[in-house]
Amino acid sequence: MTDTSEELARRTIERVARESYGRLVAYLSVNTRDLAAAEDALSEALLRALTTWPRDGVPQNPEAWLLTAARHAVIDTVRHQQVVSSNEPTLQLLREDIVDPTLSTRFPDERLKLLFVCAHPAIDPNLHTPLMLQTVLGLDAARIAAAFLISPKTMGQRLVRAKTKIRDGGIRFEVPDDKELPQRLDAVLEAIYGAFGIGWDDMLGVDQQGQNLAQEAIWLARVLLQLMAEDAEVRGLLALMLHCEARRAARRDRDGRYIPLSQQDPKQWSPALIEEAERHLAEASKRARPGRFQLEAAIQSVHAERARSGQTEWTAIAQFYRQLIRIWPTLGARTGYAAALAEANGAEQGLAVLDAIEPDQVVGYQPYWAVRAHLLQCLAKGVEASIAYDRAIGLAEDPAIREFLLKKKG
Amino acid sequence: MQFALLIYESPEAFSSRKSRENDTYISAWRAYHKALFESGAFVAGDPLEVPETGTTIRIRDGKRGIQDGPYADTKEQLGGFTIVDLPSLDAALEWAARCPAASYGVVEVRPLAPEVRRRVVE
Repeated sequence: MTDTSEELARRTIERVARESYGRLVAYLSVNTRDLAAAEDALSEALLRALTTWPRDGVPQNPEAWLLTAARHAVIDTVRHQQVVSSNEPTLQLLREDIVDPTLSTRFPDERLKLLFVCAHPAIDPNLHTPLMLQTVLGLDAARIAAAFLISPKTMGQRLVRAKTKIRDGGIRFEVPDDKELPQRLDAVLEAIYGAFGIGWDDMLGVDQQGQNLAQEAIWLARVLLQLMAEDAEVRGLLALMLHCEARRAARRDRDGRYIPLSQQDPKQWSPALIEEAERHLAEASKRARPGRFQLEAAIQSVHAERARSGQTEWTAIAQFYRQLIRIWPTLGARTGYAAALAEANGAEQGLAVLDAIEPDQVVGYQPYWAVRAHLLQCLAKGVEASIAYDRAIGLAEDPAIREFLLKKKG
Repeated sequence: MQFALLIYESPEAFSSRKSRENDTYISAWRAYHKALFESGAFVAGDPLEVPETGTTIRIRDGKRGIQDGPYADTKEQLGGFTIVDLPSLDAALEWAARCPAASYGVVEVRPLAPEVRRRVVE
Protein backbone atom coordinates (compact mmCIF):
# COMPACT_ATOMS: atom_id res chain seq x y z
CA MET A 1 0.00 0.00 0.00
CA THR A 2 1.54 3.28 -1.09
CA ASP A 3 0.63 6.74 0.01
CA THR A 4 -0.66 7.63 -3.41
CA SER A 5 -3.01 4.68 -3.76
CA GLU A 6 -4.31 5.39 -0.29
CA GLU A 7 -4.75 9.03 -1.16
CA LEU A 8 -6.46 8.15 -4.43
CA ALA A 9 -8.80 5.73 -2.69
CA ARG A 10 -9.65 8.27 -0.02
CA ARG A 11 -10.36 10.97 -2.57
CA THR A 12 -12.50 8.62 -4.64
CA ILE A 13 -14.49 7.64 -1.58
CA GLU A 14 -15.06 11.28 -0.75
CA ARG A 15 -16.17 12.06 -4.28
CA VAL A 16 -18.42 9.04 -4.65
CA ALA A 17 -19.87 9.62 -1.19
CA ARG A 18 -20.64 13.20 -2.09
CA GLU A 19 -22.10 12.53 -5.52
CA SER A 20 -23.82 9.24 -4.86
CA TYR A 21 -24.88 9.42 -1.23
CA GLY A 22 -28.44 10.52 -1.92
CA ARG A 23 -28.81 8.18 -4.89
CA LEU A 24 -27.70 5.21 -2.82
CA VAL A 25 -29.82 6.08 0.22
CA ALA A 26 -32.84 6.69 -1.99
CA TYR A 27 -32.41 3.42 -3.82
CA LEU A 28 -31.79 1.40 -0.66
CA SER A 29 -34.82 2.81 1.13
CA VAL A 30 -37.36 3.26 -1.66
CA ASN A 31 -39.02 -0.06 -0.93
CA THR A 32 -38.18 -0.58 2.74
CA ARG A 33 -38.91 3.07 3.69
CA ASP A 34 -36.23 2.54 6.32
CA LEU A 35 -33.95 5.54 5.93
CA ALA A 36 -31.97 4.89 9.10
CA ALA A 37 -31.14 1.33 8.01
CA ALA A 38 -30.14 2.53 4.55
CA GLU A 39 -27.88 5.21 6.02
CA ASP A 40 -26.30 2.80 8.49
CA ALA A 41 -25.67 0.30 5.73
CA LEU A 42 -24.15 2.93 3.49
CA SER A 43 -21.85 4.26 6.17
CA GLU A 44 -20.72 0.71 6.84
CA ALA A 45 -20.07 0.26 3.13
CA LEU A 46 -18.07 3.49 3.07
CA LEU A 47 -16.03 2.30 6.05
CA ARG A 48 -15.35 -0.98 4.28
CA ALA A 49 -14.28 0.93 1.19
CA LEU A 50 -11.80 2.87 3.30
CA THR A 51 -10.02 -0.34 4.26
CA THR A 52 -10.46 -2.28 1.01
CA TRP A 53 -9.88 0.22 -1.76
CA PRO A 54 -6.39 1.36 -0.75
CA ARG A 55 -5.36 -2.32 -0.60
CA ASP A 56 -7.09 -3.71 -3.68
CA GLY A 57 -7.40 -0.59 -5.76
CA VAL A 58 -10.48 1.48 -6.50
CA PRO A 59 -13.15 -0.70 -8.15
CA GLN A 60 -14.15 0.05 -11.70
CA ASN A 61 -17.64 1.11 -10.69
CA PRO A 62 -17.28 2.51 -7.17
CA GLU A 63 -20.96 3.32 -6.85
CA ALA A 64 -22.03 -0.24 -7.68
CA TRP A 65 -19.43 -1.59 -5.28
CA LEU A 66 -20.85 0.60 -2.49
CA LEU A 67 -24.38 -0.46 -3.32
CA THR A 68 -23.50 -4.14 -3.12
CA ALA A 69 -21.58 -3.67 0.12
CA ALA A 70 -24.45 -1.65 1.60
CA ARG A 71 -26.95 -4.34 0.66
CA HIS A 72 -24.88 -6.99 2.36
CA ALA A 73 -24.75 -4.77 5.44
CA VAL A 74 -28.54 -4.44 5.48
CA ILE A 75 -29.00 -8.19 5.17
CA ASP A 76 -26.47 -8.83 7.94
CA THR A 77 -28.27 -6.41 10.24
CA VAL A 78 -31.68 -7.89 9.60
CA ARG A 79 -30.33 -11.43 10.14
CA HIS A 80 -28.56 -10.34 13.27
CA GLN A 81 -31.75 -8.93 14.69
CA GLN A 82 -33.46 -12.25 14.01
CA VAL A 83 -36.56 -10.56 12.81
CA VAL A 84 -36.31 -12.19 9.44
CA SER A 85 -39.94 -13.10 9.11
CA SER A 86 -41.27 -9.58 9.38
CA ASN A 87 -38.51 -8.31 7.13
CA GLU A 88 -38.74 -11.06 4.56
CA PRO A 89 -40.12 -8.79 1.82
CA THR A 90 -37.29 -6.37 2.47
CA LEU A 91 -34.71 -9.11 2.30
CA GLN A 92 -36.19 -10.44 -0.86
CA LEU A 93 -36.05 -7.04 -2.50
CA LEU A 94 -32.49 -6.54 -1.47
CA ARG A 95 -31.41 -9.98 -2.60
CA GLU A 96 -33.00 -9.81 -5.99
CA ASP A 97 -30.17 -8.46 -8.02
CA ILE A 98 -27.39 -8.85 -5.54
CA VAL A 99 -25.73 -11.56 -7.63
CA ASP A 100 -25.83 -9.48 -10.77
CA PRO A 101 -23.36 -6.63 -10.43
CA THR A 102 -24.06 -5.32 -13.93
CA LEU A 103 -27.64 -4.69 -12.99
CA SER A 104 -26.65 -2.54 -10.08
CA THR A 105 -24.46 -0.30 -12.21
CA ARG A 106 -27.56 1.22 -13.73
CA PHE A 107 -29.86 1.46 -10.78
CA PRO A 108 -32.63 4.03 -11.08
CA ASP A 109 -32.36 7.47 -9.50
CA GLU A 110 -34.98 7.59 -6.75
CA ARG A 111 -33.88 10.88 -5.23
CA LEU A 112 -36.97 12.72 -6.35
CA LYS A 113 -39.13 10.39 -4.28
CA LEU A 114 -36.75 10.86 -1.39
CA LEU A 115 -37.02 14.66 -1.64
CA PHE A 116 -40.80 14.40 -1.55
CA VAL A 117 -40.65 12.10 1.47
CA CYS A 118 -38.39 14.54 3.35
CA ALA A 119 -40.87 17.37 2.74
CA HIS A 120 -43.97 15.25 3.32
CA PRO A 121 -46.92 17.04 4.98
CA ALA A 122 -46.94 14.41 7.76
CA ILE A 123 -43.41 15.45 8.78
CA ASP A 124 -42.88 18.53 10.96
CA PRO A 125 -42.02 21.35 8.50
CA ASN A 126 -39.08 22.33 10.70
CA LEU A 127 -37.52 18.99 9.91
CA HIS A 128 -37.93 19.05 6.14
CA THR A 129 -34.60 20.76 5.53
CA PRO A 130 -32.61 18.79 8.14
CA LEU A 131 -33.93 15.51 6.74
CA MET A 132 -32.92 16.48 3.22
CA LEU A 133 -29.48 17.58 4.29
CA GLN A 134 -28.95 14.29 6.08
CA THR A 135 -30.47 11.75 3.71
CA VAL A 136 -29.71 13.32 0.34
CA LEU A 137 -26.38 14.96 1.10
CA GLY A 138 -25.11 12.84 3.98
CA LEU A 139 -24.52 15.72 6.40
CA ASP A 140 -24.17 14.59 10.00
CA ALA A 141 -26.59 15.61 12.71
CA ALA A 142 -24.01 17.70 14.58
CA ARG A 143 -23.36 19.91 11.56
CA ILE A 144 -27.06 20.27 10.84
CA ALA A 145 -27.69 21.11 14.49
CA ALA A 146 -25.09 23.88 14.40
CA ALA A 147 -26.61 25.35 11.26
CA PHE A 148 -30.09 25.31 12.76
CA LEU A 149 -28.96 26.48 16.17
CA ILE A 150 -30.46 23.45 17.87
CA SER A 151 -28.63 21.29 20.39
CA PRO A 152 -26.95 18.34 18.63
CA LYS A 153 -28.67 15.82 20.88
CA THR A 154 -32.11 17.31 20.19
CA MET A 155 -31.49 17.45 16.45
CA GLY A 156 -30.37 13.81 16.47
CA GLN A 157 -33.50 12.73 18.36
CA ARG A 158 -35.81 14.70 16.06
CA LEU A 159 -34.25 13.17 12.97
CA VAL A 160 -34.56 9.67 14.41
CA ARG A 161 -38.23 10.27 15.26
CA ALA A 162 -38.95 11.61 11.78
CA LYS A 163 -37.33 8.56 10.18
CA THR A 164 -39.32 6.23 12.40
CA LYS A 165 -42.47 7.99 11.30
CA ILE A 166 -41.49 7.61 7.65
CA ARG A 167 -40.82 3.89 8.16
CA ASP A 168 -43.85 3.04 10.29
CA GLY A 169 -46.30 5.76 9.37
CA GLY A 170 -47.15 4.58 5.89
CA ILE A 171 -45.46 7.49 4.13
CA ARG A 172 -45.01 6.32 0.57
CA PHE A 173 -41.92 6.87 -1.53
CA GLU A 174 -43.57 8.28 -4.59
CA VAL A 175 -43.81 11.32 -6.77
CA PRO A 176 -47.20 12.91 -5.99
CA ASP A 177 -49.86 12.90 -8.69
CA ASP A 178 -50.67 16.02 -10.70
CA LYS A 179 -53.37 17.16 -8.33
CA GLU A 180 -51.09 17.13 -5.30
CA LEU A 181 -47.87 17.99 -7.05
CA PRO A 182 -47.87 21.81 -6.89
CA GLN A 183 -48.39 21.92 -3.14
CA ARG A 184 -45.99 19.08 -2.43
CA LEU A 185 -43.34 20.62 -4.66
CA ASP A 186 -43.70 23.92 -2.80
CA ALA A 187 -42.68 22.13 0.39
CA VAL A 188 -39.60 20.65 -1.31
CA LEU A 189 -38.59 24.04 -2.73
CA GLU A 190 -39.22 25.71 0.61
CA ALA A 191 -36.96 23.18 2.37
CA ILE A 192 -34.14 23.70 -0.11
CA TYR A 193 -34.48 27.47 0.21
CA GLY A 194 -34.43 27.04 3.98
CA ALA A 195 -30.96 25.53 3.75
CA PHE A 196 -29.86 28.35 1.50
CA GLY A 197 -31.15 30.99 3.91
CA ILE A 198 -29.11 29.57 6.75
CA GLY A 199 -26.01 29.33 4.59
CA TRP A 200 -26.59 32.87 3.42
CA ASP A 201 -26.75 34.34 6.91
CA ASP A 202 -23.77 32.34 8.02
CA MET A 203 -20.91 34.14 6.30
CA LEU A 204 -18.27 32.31 8.28
CA GLY A 205 -20.02 28.97 8.28
CA VAL A 206 -17.73 27.27 5.82
CA ASP A 207 -16.63 23.98 7.29
CA GLN A 208 -13.53 21.90 6.60
CA GLN A 209 -14.90 20.62 3.32
CA GLY A 210 -15.29 24.24 2.21
CA GLN A 211 -18.98 23.70 1.77
CA ASN A 212 -21.41 26.21 3.06
CA LEU A 213 -25.07 25.25 3.39
CA ALA A 214 -25.86 27.76 0.64
CA GLN A 215 -23.77 25.69 -1.76
CA GLU A 216 -25.43 22.51 -0.52
CA ALA A 217 -28.81 24.06 -1.28
CA ILE A 218 -27.72 24.98 -4.79
CA TRP A 219 -26.56 21.39 -5.23
CA LEU A 220 -29.97 20.13 -4.11
CA ALA A 221 -31.75 22.48 -6.51
CA ARG A 222 -29.57 21.25 -9.36
CA VAL A 223 -30.47 17.65 -8.49
CA LEU A 224 -34.13 18.60 -8.43
CA LEU A 225 -33.82 20.38 -11.76
CA GLN A 226 -32.29 17.26 -13.35
CA LEU A 227 -35.34 15.36 -12.19
CA MET A 228 -37.96 18.04 -12.94
CA ALA A 229 -36.53 20.08 -15.80
CA GLU A 230 -39.98 21.22 -16.89
CA ASP A 231 -40.94 23.05 -13.73
CA ALA A 232 -40.68 26.84 -13.81
CA GLU A 233 -40.47 27.31 -10.04
CA VAL A 234 -37.57 24.86 -9.69
CA ARG A 235 -35.67 27.02 -12.15
CA GLY A 236 -36.88 30.14 -10.36
CA LEU A 237 -35.47 28.87 -7.08
CA LEU A 238 -32.14 27.96 -8.65
CA ALA A 239 -31.96 31.38 -10.36
CA LEU A 240 -32.71 33.15 -7.08
CA MET A 241 -30.00 31.29 -5.19
CA LEU A 242 -27.42 31.73 -7.95
CA HIS A 243 -28.07 35.49 -8.06
CA CYS A 244 -27.51 35.76 -4.33
CA GLU A 245 -24.51 33.46 -4.35
CA ALA A 246 -22.96 35.57 -7.13
CA ARG A 247 -22.58 38.40 -4.59
CA ARG A 248 -20.98 36.43 -1.79
CA ALA A 249 -17.52 37.95 -2.22
CA ALA A 250 -18.91 41.49 -2.34
CA ARG A 251 -20.75 41.27 0.98
CA ARG A 252 -17.70 41.94 3.15
CA ASP A 253 -14.73 44.22 2.74
CA ARG A 254 -11.16 43.10 3.28
CA ASP A 255 -11.46 43.66 7.04
CA GLY A 256 -14.65 41.61 7.27
CA ARG A 257 -16.93 44.63 7.51
CA TYR A 258 -20.49 44.25 6.23
CA ILE A 259 -21.38 45.96 2.94
CA PRO A 260 -25.09 46.34 2.12
CA LEU A 261 -26.21 45.40 -1.38
CA SER A 262 -26.68 48.98 -2.54
CA GLN A 263 -23.04 49.77 -1.71
CA GLN A 264 -21.49 46.62 -3.12
CA ASP A 265 -19.02 46.88 -5.96
CA PRO A 266 -20.64 45.03 -8.90
CA LYS A 267 -17.18 44.22 -10.21
CA GLN A 268 -16.93 41.78 -7.32
CA TRP A 269 -20.04 39.90 -8.34
CA SER A 270 -19.58 36.65 -10.21
CA PRO A 271 -20.54 37.17 -13.89
CA ALA A 272 -20.66 33.40 -14.45
CA LEU A 273 -23.22 32.81 -11.69
CA ILE A 274 -25.30 35.83 -12.75
CA GLU A 275 -25.34 34.58 -16.32
CA GLU A 276 -26.41 31.12 -15.23
CA ALA A 277 -29.14 32.62 -13.05
CA GLU A 278 -30.42 34.73 -15.94
CA ARG A 279 -30.49 31.71 -18.21
CA HIS A 280 -32.64 29.74 -15.77
CA LEU A 281 -34.94 32.70 -15.18
CA ALA A 282 -35.44 33.21 -18.93
CA GLU A 283 -36.09 29.50 -19.38
CA ALA A 284 -38.60 29.58 -16.52
CA SER A 285 -40.50 32.57 -17.93
CA LYS A 286 -41.08 30.65 -21.17
CA ARG A 287 -43.39 28.39 -19.20
CA ALA A 288 -45.59 31.42 -18.43
CA ARG A 289 -46.30 30.09 -14.94
CA PRO A 290 -45.07 32.79 -12.59
CA GLY A 291 -44.51 31.90 -8.98
CA ARG A 292 -42.97 33.03 -5.76
CA PHE A 293 -39.40 31.98 -6.53
CA GLN A 294 -39.43 33.40 -10.05
CA LEU A 295 -40.59 36.74 -8.64
CA GLU A 296 -37.88 36.73 -6.00
CA ALA A 297 -35.33 35.82 -8.65
CA ALA A 298 -36.64 38.66 -10.83
CA ILE A 299 -36.04 41.10 -7.96
CA GLN A 300 -32.45 39.87 -7.69
CA SER A 301 -32.13 40.09 -11.45
CA VAL A 302 -32.98 43.80 -11.32
CA HIS A 303 -30.30 44.29 -8.67
CA ALA A 304 -27.81 42.43 -10.86
CA GLU A 305 -28.61 44.80 -13.71
CA ARG A 306 -26.64 47.50 -11.87
CA ALA A 307 -23.44 45.75 -13.00
CA ARG A 308 -24.32 46.87 -16.53
CA SER A 309 -26.32 50.06 -16.10
CA GLY A 310 -24.69 51.48 -13.00
CA GLN A 311 -28.04 52.14 -11.33
CA THR A 312 -30.85 50.26 -9.61
CA GLU A 313 -34.38 50.36 -10.97
CA TRP A 314 -36.14 50.59 -7.64
CA THR A 315 -39.54 51.13 -9.24
CA ALA A 316 -39.25 47.77 -11.00
CA ILE A 317 -38.16 46.10 -7.75
CA ALA A 318 -41.11 47.61 -5.85
CA GLN A 319 -43.40 46.39 -8.62
CA PHE A 320 -42.10 42.82 -8.34
CA TYR A 321 -42.50 42.97 -4.54
CA ARG A 322 -46.11 44.06 -4.97
CA GLN A 323 -46.75 40.98 -7.11
CA LEU A 324 -44.87 38.82 -4.67
CA ILE A 325 -46.95 40.03 -1.69
CA ARG A 326 -50.11 39.15 -3.56
CA ILE A 327 -49.14 35.47 -3.68
CA TRP A 328 -46.64 35.27 -0.83
CA PRO A 329 -47.41 37.84 1.89
CA THR A 330 -44.54 37.06 4.25
CA LEU A 331 -42.86 39.41 6.67
CA GLY A 332 -39.73 39.29 4.53
CA ALA A 333 -41.60 40.27 1.37
CA ARG A 334 -43.39 43.13 3.09
CA THR A 335 -40.17 44.43 4.60
CA GLY A 336 -38.42 44.18 1.23
CA TYR A 337 -41.30 46.03 -0.39
CA ALA A 338 -41.06 48.82 2.17
CA ALA A 339 -37.33 49.24 1.50
CA ALA A 340 -37.79 49.23 -2.28
CA LEU A 341 -40.75 51.61 -2.18
CA ALA A 342 -38.77 54.00 0.01
CA GLU A 343 -35.94 54.04 -2.53
CA ALA A 344 -38.38 54.60 -5.40
CA ASN A 345 -40.88 57.04 -3.89
CA GLY A 346 -39.34 58.31 -0.67
CA ALA A 347 -38.94 57.11 2.90
CA GLU A 348 -42.42 58.15 4.02
CA GLN A 349 -44.14 55.67 1.72
CA GLY A 350 -41.80 52.90 2.83
CA LEU A 351 -42.50 53.68 6.47
CA ALA A 352 -46.24 53.54 5.83
CA VAL A 353 -45.82 49.95 4.58
CA LEU A 354 -43.92 49.05 7.75
CA ASP A 355 -46.51 50.77 9.94
CA ALA A 356 -49.21 48.58 8.43
CA ILE A 357 -47.55 45.41 9.77
CA GLU A 358 -48.98 44.20 13.09
CA PRO A 359 -46.48 45.02 15.89
CA ASP A 360 -46.60 41.56 17.51
CA GLN A 361 -45.36 40.02 14.25
CA VAL A 362 -42.10 41.93 14.27
CA VAL A 363 -40.97 41.55 17.88
CA GLY A 364 -38.12 39.24 16.87
CA TYR A 365 -37.73 40.08 13.18
CA GLN A 366 -34.42 41.87 12.76
CA PRO A 367 -34.69 43.07 9.11
CA TYR A 368 -37.89 44.98 9.92
CA TRP A 369 -36.10 47.00 12.60
CA ALA A 370 -33.06 47.62 10.41
CA VAL A 371 -35.20 48.98 7.56
CA ARG A 372 -37.36 50.96 9.97
CA ALA A 373 -34.33 52.54 11.61
CA HIS A 374 -32.89 53.50 8.23
CA LEU A 375 -36.15 55.10 7.03
CA LEU A 376 -36.66 57.02 10.27
CA GLN A 377 -33.11 58.28 9.98
CA CYS A 378 -33.79 59.43 6.40
CA LEU A 379 -36.80 61.35 7.74
CA ALA A 380 -34.62 62.95 10.43
CA LYS A 381 -36.63 61.36 13.24
CA GLY A 382 -33.56 60.86 15.40
CA VAL A 383 -35.09 59.60 18.62
CA GLU A 384 -37.35 57.03 16.99
CA ALA A 385 -34.55 55.95 14.66
CA SER A 386 -32.27 55.40 17.61
CA ILE A 387 -34.84 53.15 19.31
CA ALA A 388 -35.32 51.13 16.12
CA TYR A 389 -31.56 50.84 15.65
CA ASP A 390 -31.22 49.42 19.12
CA ARG A 391 -33.81 46.77 18.34
CA ALA A 392 -32.07 45.89 15.06
CA ILE A 393 -28.67 45.72 16.77
CA GLY A 394 -29.99 43.68 19.67
CA LEU A 395 -31.64 41.16 17.37
CA ALA A 396 -28.62 40.80 15.08
CA GLU A 397 -26.61 37.64 15.33
CA ASP A 398 -23.84 38.48 12.90
CA PRO A 399 -21.22 40.69 14.59
CA ALA A 400 -20.41 42.39 11.26
CA ILE A 401 -24.02 43.50 10.86
CA ARG A 402 -24.10 44.60 14.49
CA GLU A 403 -21.03 46.79 13.93
CA PHE A 404 -22.47 48.20 10.72
CA LEU A 405 -25.69 49.22 12.42
CA LEU A 406 -23.89 50.63 15.46
CA LYS A 407 -21.89 52.85 13.14
CA LYS A 408 -24.97 53.93 11.19
CA LYS A 409 -26.81 54.73 14.38
CA GLY A 410 -23.93 57.06 15.29
CA MET B 1 -39.51 27.60 30.94
CA GLN B 2 -36.61 29.49 32.44
CA PHE B 3 -33.03 29.29 31.26
CA ALA B 4 -29.82 30.89 32.42
CA LEU B 5 -27.57 32.30 29.74
CA LEU B 6 -24.14 32.07 31.33
CA ILE B 7 -21.70 34.41 29.67
CA TYR B 8 -18.03 33.54 29.60
CA GLU B 9 -15.54 36.14 28.53
CA SER B 10 -11.81 36.37 27.87
CA PRO B 11 -9.54 38.78 29.80
CA GLU B 12 -9.51 41.04 26.71
CA ALA B 13 -13.29 41.31 26.74
CA PHE B 14 -13.26 42.12 30.45
CA SER B 15 -10.75 44.91 29.88
CA SER B 16 -12.73 46.38 26.98
CA ARG B 17 -15.56 47.07 29.42
CA LYS B 18 -13.52 49.80 31.05
CA SER B 19 -12.19 51.76 28.09
CA ARG B 20 -14.57 54.63 27.43
CA GLU B 21 -13.67 54.84 23.74
CA ASN B 22 -14.72 51.26 23.06
CA ASP B 23 -18.34 52.16 22.76
CA THR B 24 -19.29 49.14 20.63
CA TYR B 25 -18.99 46.77 23.59
CA ILE B 26 -21.44 48.67 25.77
CA SER B 27 -23.67 49.75 22.87
CA ALA B 28 -24.05 46.20 21.61
CA TRP B 29 -24.93 44.98 25.10
CA ARG B 30 -27.37 47.81 25.64
CA ALA B 31 -29.15 47.03 22.36
CA TYR B 32 -29.24 43.32 23.14
CA HIS B 33 -30.68 43.93 26.58
CA LYS B 34 -33.33 46.25 25.16
CA ALA B 35 -34.37 43.77 22.48
CA LEU B 36 -34.54 40.97 25.04
CA PHE B 37 -36.55 43.14 27.41
CA GLU B 38 -38.97 44.28 24.69
CA SER B 39 -39.56 40.67 23.63
CA GLY B 40 -40.81 39.90 27.12
CA ALA B 41 -38.30 37.09 27.71
CA PHE B 42 -36.03 38.91 30.16
CA VAL B 43 -36.39 37.83 33.80
CA ALA B 44 -33.21 38.95 35.49
CA GLY B 45 -29.53 39.32 34.92
CA ASP B 46 -26.37 41.15 35.78
CA PRO B 47 -22.81 41.52 34.70
CA LEU B 48 -20.17 40.36 37.18
CA GLU B 49 -17.03 42.19 38.24
CA VAL B 50 -13.74 40.98 36.73
CA PRO B 51 -12.59 37.49 37.84
CA GLU B 52 -9.66 38.83 39.91
CA THR B 53 -12.14 40.41 42.30
CA GLY B 54 -13.50 36.98 43.20
CA THR B 55 -12.62 35.21 46.41
CA THR B 56 -13.03 31.48 46.68
CA ILE B 57 -13.71 29.64 49.89
CA ARG B 58 -13.86 25.96 50.72
CA ILE B 59 -14.07 24.05 53.98
CA ARG B 60 -12.63 20.54 54.11
CA ASP B 61 -12.27 18.48 57.28
CA GLY B 62 -13.07 21.58 59.24
CA LYS B 63 -10.21 23.49 57.68
CA ARG B 64 -10.97 26.68 55.88
CA GLY B 65 -9.28 27.31 52.57
CA ILE B 66 -9.51 30.76 51.10
CA GLN B 67 -8.09 31.97 47.88
CA ASP B 68 -8.01 35.14 45.80
CA GLY B 69 -9.49 34.88 42.37
CA PRO B 70 -12.04 32.69 40.65
CA TYR B 71 -12.71 29.01 41.30
CA ALA B 72 -11.63 27.64 37.93
CA ASP B 73 -8.32 28.59 36.36
CA THR B 74 -9.49 28.91 32.77
CA LYS B 75 -8.96 31.57 30.16
CA GLU B 76 -12.63 32.35 29.75
CA GLN B 77 -14.36 33.29 32.98
CA LEU B 78 -17.95 33.82 34.00
CA GLY B 79 -18.68 37.45 33.19
CA GLY B 80 -22.38 37.67 33.79
CA PHE B 81 -25.68 35.91 33.53
CA THR B 82 -29.16 36.49 32.18
CA ILE B 83 -32.29 34.59 33.15
CA VAL B 84 -34.81 34.31 30.35
CA ASP B 85 -38.32 32.88 30.19
CA LEU B 86 -38.92 31.20 26.86
CA PRO B 87 -41.03 28.34 25.50
CA SER B 88 -38.14 26.07 24.52
CA LEU B 89 -34.43 25.42 24.42
CA ASP B 90 -34.54 26.28 20.71
CA ALA B 91 -35.82 29.76 21.52
CA ALA B 92 -33.21 30.17 24.26
CA LEU B 93 -30.43 29.19 21.84
CA GLU B 94 -31.71 31.78 19.40
CA TRP B 95 -31.34 34.49 22.03
CA ALA B 96 -27.96 33.11 23.09
CA ALA B 97 -26.74 33.42 19.49
CA ARG B 98 -27.79 37.07 19.41
CA CYS B 99 -25.89 37.76 22.62
CA PRO B 100 -22.83 39.91 21.83
CA ALA B 101 -20.65 37.53 23.85
CA ALA B 102 -21.49 34.65 21.50
CA SER B 103 -19.23 36.16 18.85
CA TYR B 104 -16.24 36.90 21.11
CA GLY B 105 -16.70 34.58 24.09
CA VAL B 106 -18.97 31.68 24.97
CA VAL B 107 -22.61 31.59 26.03
CA GLU B 108 -23.83 28.51 27.87
CA VAL B 109 -27.57 27.89 28.00
CA ARG B 110 -28.67 26.01 31.08
CA PRO B 111 -32.25 25.33 32.20
CA LEU B 112 -33.07 26.43 35.73
CA ALA B 113 -34.07 23.59 38.06
CA PRO B 114 -37.52 24.57 39.37
CA GLU B 115 -38.09 21.15 40.99
CA VAL B 116 -34.96 21.44 43.11
CA ARG B 117 -35.91 25.04 43.90
CA ARG B 118 -39.33 23.92 45.09
CA ARG B 119 -37.80 21.35 47.45
CA VAL B 120 -35.37 23.89 48.83
CA VAL B 121 -37.77 26.78 49.22
CA GLU B 122 -40.83 25.02 50.59
